[in-house]
Amino acid sequence: MTLEQIEVGQGAIIKQIRGHGPLRRRLLEMGLTPHTEVCVRKMAPMGDPIELRLRGYSLTLRKEDAALIDVILNESIAQGEHTGPNHGHRHRHRGGLQRG
Amino acid sequence: MVIVIAIVEGYNVDKTYTIALIGNQNSGKTTLFNQLTGSNQHVGNFPGVTVEQKRGNVVGNKMLEVVDLPGIYSLSPYTLEEMVTRDFLIREKPDAIINIVDATNLERNLYLTLQLLDLQIPMVLALNMMDEVRNSGHYIDLNAIQLQLNTPVFPISALNNEGVHEMLTGLVQLLNQQDEQPWLDYCSGEVHSAVHAIRHLIQEKAEVKAIPVRFAAAKLFEGDEPLEQVLQLDSHDLDLLNRIIAHAEEHLGVDREAAMVDMRYQFIDALSVEVQSKQGESQESIRSQKIDQFLTHRYWGIPLFFFSMLSVFWITFGPVGTWFSDFFVAGIDHFTSWVDLSLETFGLNPILHSLVIDGVFAGVGSVLGFLPIIIILFFLLSILEDTGYMARVAFMMDQLMRKIGLSGRSVVPMLMGFGCSVPAIMATRTLSGARDRKMTILLTPFLSCSAKVPIYAVFTAAFFVKQQALVMFSLYLGGVIIAILSGYLLKSTVMKGNPVPFVLELPAYRMPNARSVALNLYDKAKDFLTRAFTVIFLGTIVIWFLQSFDMHFNWVESSEQSLMALVGRFISPIFQPLGFNDWRASTALLAGITAKEAVVSSLAILLNVGEASQVTEVLPTLFSPVAAYAYLVFTLLYMPCVAAFAATRREWGSWRGAIGAVSFQTGVAWLMAFLVYQIGSLFWV
Repeated sequence: MTLEQIEVGQGAIIKQIRGHGPLRRRLLEMGLTPHTEVCVRKMAPMGDPIELRLRGYSLTLRKEDAALIDVILNESIAQGEHTGPNHGHRHRHRGGLQRG
Repeated sequence: MVIVIAIVEGYNVDKTYTIALIGNQNSGKTTLFNQLTGSNQHVGNFPGVTVEQKRGNVVGNKMLEVVDLPGIYSLSPYTLEEMVTRDFLIREKPDAIINIVDATNLERNLYLTLQLLDLQIPMVLALNMMDEVRNSGHYIDLNAIQLQLNTPVFPISALNNEGVHEMLTGLVQLLNQQDEQPWLDYCSGEVHSAVHAIRHLIQEKAEVKAIPVRFAAAKLFEGDEPLEQVLQLDSHDLDLLNRIIAHAEEHLGVDREAAMVDMRYQFIDALSVEVQSKQGESQESIRSQKIDQFLTHRYWGIPLFFFSMLSVFWITFGPVGTWFSDFFVAGIDHFTSWVDLSLETFGLNPILHSLVIDGVFAGVGSVLGFLPIIIILFFLLSILEDTGYMARVAFMMDQLMRKIGLSGRSVVPMLMGFGCSVPAIMATRTLSGARDRKMTILLTPFLSCSAKVPIYAVFTAAFFVKQQALVMFSLYLGGVIIAILSGYLLKSTVMKGNPVPFVLELPAYRMPNARSVALNLYDKAKDFLTRAFTVIFLGTIVIWFLQSFDMHFNWVESSEQSLMALVGRFISPIFQPLGFNDWRASTALLAGITAKEAVVSSLAILLNVGEASQVTEVLPTLFSPVAAYAYLVFTLLYMPCVAAFAATRREWGSWRGAIGAVSFQTGVAWLMAFLVYQIGSLFWV
């Protein structure tokens, strides 16, 4: 599934970012790398963009851009509890990068 | 005596060091820059681009000159700010870097740090907001970071000016060190071997071009076409490069960009696990979430925003601003009449006298009258900006702004346009992406600025006494609608292309720093005054000349014979279809280019009435009510004043663009006034 399908208050783990070019680069550089935990915290009053919490800070991006991000739903994350800085990606796999 | 001092100073100041100040957006960079340099700052532009460059000497240590570089997240060659920073670091080779890092947000901030380390320029790490880290009961092992990164680390709080002195001492020590900092190799796995191979491949070419080899190798691995060209890699090099990368990609299973970014973050993750202990979120973050529950609320977030903007405008253009403005204008008037009288007593040549009083004092004086309003407006807006609220405004309004091909970030400059186009156009500097910037500059003047209010006031008093509020409101709304329609039009024609992706950090809410706000105001005031005494000064002299002389350069008694009237008569047929072809109406429009409220004062002069207030009685002889409304529509939309044009020219970066912009605006004005008059005439005669 993709990040824009995650509901407000739910968490997810990033698999990969599709697409190419500056946008993808920017998303990666803002810390949306594989295995990073993110939490969808809010939706703008008009439904778009969304606010994410990752790596201890808040980031906002549009749904159409969030649709480029493949994620796995992480049921264990509830808003406010495990989204603290540095909690998220600490248990990432250390065995290098996964294929695909 | 003077010579002695010079020699002593010359002895001390044997070398000045250039220090680059770099950090993420919202890392407190500007606050630190202000703390370091105080008021010893000068503003310029980076060569060839409209990105602002601030330099300043460190207070108490003149040897150190700090350059404030744009707030960026990475050294990728994508945004203008990133390009400018790269170019500066590589070409100008600063003696050292101060990398300011938000300690409450260590991981993402360190991403830029790793890239900076590749440049092999002596560097200190300033861990800002350490007070917040401590207050939240968190702990960061500074020694561990220092060891891991091979870089001196200093805890500071830029806001409270804590630790800044110690950091400077450390920086000076670093500058005096002879031996090079041992560099950090954060690369691992396949990427490491690939970057290593690329280093060997390009070593010589990079050295010839004086580009740090490690930086170049890492960037080439990521994919960096500008750099490939700078290094003049031949087809053989490129072939090898591509093979190295293809090999690495195959082994890693991901593409080069993702591989590099991911490797950097892996290093940072490992580092941050080692150096920081955190239990939950920081206090500031929790507080911000609570504030956001209210300020970006689903239902009342947007109404609250409109309410806050209304308050800003009410304070600026309502009683408070008016009081300051009146006070200031009274002062200018007082001074003007004093000079007027003195010149008369002195017996100055009447033409020169007129130049000084009717030209310079009247022109520059009327523009200076805006200064209090601009200062108040910027004061309130910079508080909203520095607290972090403006990022939320962009977040809330993005959906709406996208419809006209812009992003949420353009909201603030455009709203400022209701006050004055000059600061609004200046504020577009904060937008990333040339397309967004240009489009915002182009659309902002459609929003009715405060200088147009006197025109509306006089015309509504003369023609629409009963419908005064309705007419005023229709003009404001009309400006907004035209801006939206033009946005649509531009989006699908000349301003095609993708808007800059909206990937925006929402910083924690923080109290603004008084010193930063004050310095910001000082800058804006200085910028405005500089313009008032250069471009506007020249502009007013030209207009004065056109108003005071005839074709044979003879002094004219009444402005009817002036060159300006000649031009007015010449262009007046253009306005025939709009219902006002009287030469005085078109001449007043020309005069309005100096400053919009000059439309009213010129009409007063051309209609031979003493006071501007008497204009209302004579105006109906010039216009029918429908033509009067068309005239108002035209003044609302046509090219902005000289000051705004100068700002457009500067932010756009070219004369051609700026002239194109005002031609477009004037064209739209003509068309709309035409429609208003032609359609209006069908219903009212």
